[in-house]
This record gives sequence, structure tokens and C-alpha cells, in this order.
Amino acid sequence: MEIVIKPKNKWWQIDFRELWRFRDLTYFFAWRDFKVKYKQTIIGVLWVVFQPFITMVVFTVFFGNLAKIPSDNIPYPIFVYTGLLFWTFFSTSLSNASNSFTLNEGIVTKIYFPKIIMPVASIVTGIIDFAVAAVIFAFMMGFYHYTPSITGLLLLPLLIIMTMLSSLGIGLLLASLNVKYRDVRYILPFFIQLLIFVTPVIYPVSIVSPENRWILGLNPMSGIINAARSGLLGGSPIDWTLLGISAVSMIVYCLIGFVYFRMVEKYFADVI
Amino acid sequence: MDKPIIEVNNLGKKYLIGEHQPYLALRDSMAQFIRNPFHLFKKRITLPEGKNDFWALKDVNFTVNRGEVIGIIGRNGAGKSTLLKIISQITPPTTGSIHLRGRAASLLEVGTGFHPELTGRENIMLNGALLGMKKQEIKQKFDQIVEFAEISKFLDTPVKRYSSGMYVRLAFSVAAHLEPEILIVDEVLAVGDTEFQKKCLGKMEDVTHQEGRTILFVSHNMDAIKGLCKKTIFLEKGKLINFGNTNAVIEKYLHSTHATEMNNVWQVTDGKYENQYFSPTKITLTNDKQELINTTENNIDLWINIEGIVQKPDPALQIGYVLYDQYGTILYWSFQTDTKADKWPKITLGSNRFKTKIPKRFLNEGTYTVEFSSALFFKEWLCEPGKYCPAINFTIQGGLSDSPYWTMKRPGLLAPEFEWIKY
Repeated sequence: MEIVIKPKNKWWQIDFRELWRFRDLTYFFAWRDFKVKYKQTIIGVLWVVFQPFITMVVFTVFFGNLAKIPSDNIPYPIFVYTGLLFWTFFSTSLSNASNSFTLNEGIVTKIYFPKIIMPVASIVTGIIDFAVAAVIFAFMMGFYHYTPSITGLLLLPLLIIMTMLSSLGIGLLLASLNVKYRDVRYILPFFIQLLIFVTPVIYPVSIVSPENRWILGLNPMSGIINAARSGLLGGSPIDWTLLGISAVSMIVYCLIGFVYFRMVEKYFADVI
Repeated sequence: MDKPIIEVNNLGKKYLIGEHQPYLALRDSMAQFIRNPFHLFKKRITLPEGKNDFWALKDVNFTVNRGEVIGIIGRNGAGKSTLLKIISQITPPTTGSIHLRGRAASLLEVGTGFHPELTGRENIMLNGALLGMKKQEIKQKFDQIVEFAEISKFLDTPVKRYSSGMYVRLAFSVAAHLEPEILIVDEVLAVGDTEFQKKCLGKMEDVTHQEGRTILFVSHNMDAIKGLCKKTIFLEKGKLINFGNTNAVIEKYLHSTHATEMNNVWQVTDGKYENQYFSPTKITLTNDKQELINTTENNIDLWINIEGIVQKPDPALQIGYVLYDQYGTILYWSFQTDTKADKWPKITLGSNRFKTKIPKRFLNEGTYTVEFSSALFFKEWLCEPGKYCPAINFTIQGGLSDSPYWTMKRPGLLAPEFEWIKY
């Protein structure tokens, strides 16, 4: 085994063996983040449920009952909760990933490890939150007498993976920028807050005219949330075109994020 | 294995200093991007070479063979840590290359990656993984680690409740049970109690002798370097000044740091050592008649004279010196407060002069360094030993005794003359 340390490495030269060697570390980081998250709290993991649930109630009251936003004939609470389920997963993953390097500054400047592990681990941590929130969703489906279609169930893992990759792609870009420019820390919450309005979380895709729907697809979460609703709650057939466009934009974001990350990764310790 | 395990060629690392960091503001980058979108992907935006360049390391070359333990010494800012960081792959070099023919693990700071909220048990797992151990490996060594750190009782306590000693012990213990082929250690032994330091050094010695591991070890503790390392690298201002036999390198290093040449007078030149409690102005070595001494026989009493200015008398003030031999071994510390309190010399506002005696026929033949040191008792160091405080040196040669049987230098740090009595 010989390691050569040189001034420059090309971004496409990825040491997969090394990533494999450090696989346990991904697990440990995720596990650490999860453990630490609810230390010294009284209700602990219940916080995971609390946030999307209260948001659902508030959104139902204001957007569903008062503003009467259409929901494709699905009861508004479960309609909006489907959106929130994936949206919360995406937005917390994104924001945790984006802050992963700066929050672990000490480790980044003192210990060598493949840095991509950090944002990946923070997204893995999000799965646990997602799973807990999904249990509530299952109860709600029972309450409203919904049974998911087979296609919907088969599609679910893919949608979860797509959500993770979307947040990883954008998260990598923002996390790498964050190392250099702390502006990201201020932009990010704001950005996420605005992003929910261009994502069909509180409204259905059907309110956008068919010829303009591709614009929604530029946001990977649009296709994902829309497909999740159709697959799990029915109402309308799954919009494969929109999901396809979302998948393509997801891949583009991942590429941009990854290439940029690889270009600046080695200077992290110097600039963070 | 014929090839050296570490091969460093023409290594250089440039930093840009000053207010404008190399990584321009976001708006500059964006402006550049808008002007030429493909530029970003072609090459980095470069700044003109200039005054702001600082070469933390330059043209460093050396090779290390398998199983060698190499010490790295140098003043603060000499580039030691930068070198370790490049070898650990934390930061890339600007020029040159390093070939590592083995797995490396680095221990640059004690307890990096410890999470205060997690328990000792959890932190062992996490830290082990961070340092490159597999889960299975950590589980196997878990008991050993806990035993070495002596923290078994507190295994399930969050480390934020640990004393700093326990913290250090745990952190070092995890690292000491790593099994990389190359271990990189930066000054971690500077903390922790002496007992544990010894234990760590012992552990490191075991590791190198029995397991043939290669270690790079940075320290200001010359005794530790001498005890562990056969060969030592001496860095100064980013350049490799000397690489070879530890004793020879340390001797060279001490000469270059304590005084550029043999010096029996130190006089203040800048405000570096200034403080309101005691600013040293002059330190000299003289005989009984106040004549300066440089090289002397062992048959006269030597006086160390320390002058300084006090702006704010403080009863906690301690003034003293540390005596080193030519290899940097500390022979002893001495302070004006070493005796009963009513015998201490008075500290007064303004100029103060103190002298203290090194008795004749106490030291051996050799070259010694007297390093000034001062502190506020139990509060802070004003001038901490080993941190480049004002120093003078002198040489003792001959005059060892009046005995016809003792004319040659004897082994040992000291050569005192004691009386023998029949009874």
C-alpha cells in the first residue's frame, strides 16, 4: 500500500477502498448525532413527531380550512402530512449536511478521514427521524382508511433514496461553500423557508397548468412528493414525467455538489 | 522492505497571510464566474505572488525507514505542525510530494472528536472509528483501552463531567491502542499528570520495540525526545536544519535557541518579555568578584545575577531559573521563594537585582544553559521554562577536585565533592 501526497488530485480520482475502510465511521457519526440530539431533553425522540405534527395542524387550519387550498379530494391533513413527511426529511437533511463541516471544525482540522462521510452521516441521521414521523403517517392512513397501492409501496424506497440524494447533492455544495463563506449559514434557513412554497407541500401539483409543470420538476422534491401522494393515497395516477424530470435535476445537483466539493475539499483545513 | 516507509521530497507549504485570505469573497468569485463561467472549472483564481506569501515549509527532504522513531523539534512556528498536518493528509502541500508506504494515523490533539455529551464508552467507539479503527477492532481492544486509561468507574459518565486528567488519559489511551504502521504524534504529552506521561512514553516505547512501528513525534520535551527517538529532525523557519542522531541534533538546537553563540550575558533588546510584575533587563554569570564568567574550572562558586524592573509589586511573584545540560535535560529549577518566607528577598517598585549561587564542585564538566523563568504563584507563567525565555550559557572544564585520584570527567550529570568520615 502506497499513498502519494501531492499538491493536486483530480476530482474524479476517488479512493473507493478508503471509503470502504471508513464505512464504520459513517455509522458512528450518524449514531453520535442521533444520540446527542436529544440528550438533556425531557420528551426526547418525541420531538421528531412534534414538529411535523404541529405543522400539519397549523397548515390544515390556515391553508386547508381558511384559504381552502385544493387537495385533489384527499382530506387536507393527510394530504399536507405526506408533503411534510418528505419535506421535513429533505430540509433537515439539507440543513444538517450544509452545517456538517463547520460544526465539526475541530475534527476537520485535526483528523484525516474522507470528508464526504460527514454530510452523508448527517443525512443518515435524518432517516431515523423520518421513520418515526412515518409511523404517525401510517396511523393517519389507518384513520382515513387509505391503503397504498403496490406500485406506491414499491416506489417508496426509491423516493426515500431520491430525497436523500437530493439533499446530499445540494447539501454538499452548500456545505463546501459554507467552509469558505459563512454567508451560507444565514442564507440557508431563509432559503429553506422559501423553498417550501415552490414545492407542492401545501398545494397539489394539479394547480399548475400541465405545460408549466416541468418548471416544478427542477425542484427534485416536487416529483418525489407528488409521486408519494399518488402512490400512497391514490387520487391521481403517478406523474412519471414529473418524477423523471425531478430525477434528472437531482442528478445534476448531485454532480454539481460533488464536483465542487471535490475541488475544494483538500483546502478545508486551511480555510475553515 | 527496502524502500523507506516515509519519503518526503521538496516539500513546501505556502500560506497567504494578512487580511485578505486566499479565498476571495463570495462576490469576487461570483463576479469572476459571470465574466467567464468556464474559468472556474479550468483553474483556481490565483492571486499574484507577493508580500503576503508565507512559506510555512520549504524544500524539506527526508526519509524514514520502517520501525524508526523520529523526533521533530523546533521553535513555535518552525513548521512542525504543518509538516505533521501534511503527512496526515489534513492539508495538501503546495509543492513536492510525500510517499507513505503504510497506513498512517495521527494524534494531533488530545481528545479531538470527543463529544462532551457522550459517555466514555461511547466516545471510545467514536474516537476509535475516527482514528481509523474498525468496529470489530475497537470492541476487541475495548477492555485494554479502559484499563490503560484507568477510568473504568466512569465509563458511563458523559465526558463533559470528566476531570481534564481523565479526559487526556482516555484520549491518549484510545490512540495508543491504534495499530497503524505510522503513528504521528504532536505534543499530546504536554498535558496530563507526570505519572501518566511516563506511562504513555512507556507504552510508546513498547510499541516501537515490539511491534516495529514507525513514529513521528513532535515535542518540546527534550527528555521525551531523547528517551524515545534515535534520530531527530530540527526545523527552523520552515526549513530542515538538521536531521540525524538525536543527541547531536538537540545540542545544535539548544545552541541555536538559547543563544546564537556562547553567551554569558543576556540583555533586553525588545519588549518581548515585558510585563508589569517583573521585566528582566539583564542576566549575567559572574564569579565572586562580579567578573563575567564564560568558561571556568569547577573550583569556584558561580553567581547568576538577574536584574529587572517591577511596576507593580506582587507577593505572588516568583523569579528563578532552570538549569539545563547540553542535551536539554533539566537539572533543576530554582526560585527566590524556595526558602522560608521570611528569608525571601524583598521585591520593590522599580529596579531590582538578585543574585543566586551555584556552588563550586557541584556540576560536572560540560556546557550548561541557565534559562530565566518567572511566574505569579499558582496564577500564571510570566516566562515559562522551555518557551524561549532569556538564557545564558557557560562551560565548566577541569578543576574537578583537589584529589590526585580524580582528574578526569566522571560519568553522571553532577560531580559533587562530598566528605567521607570514618566513625
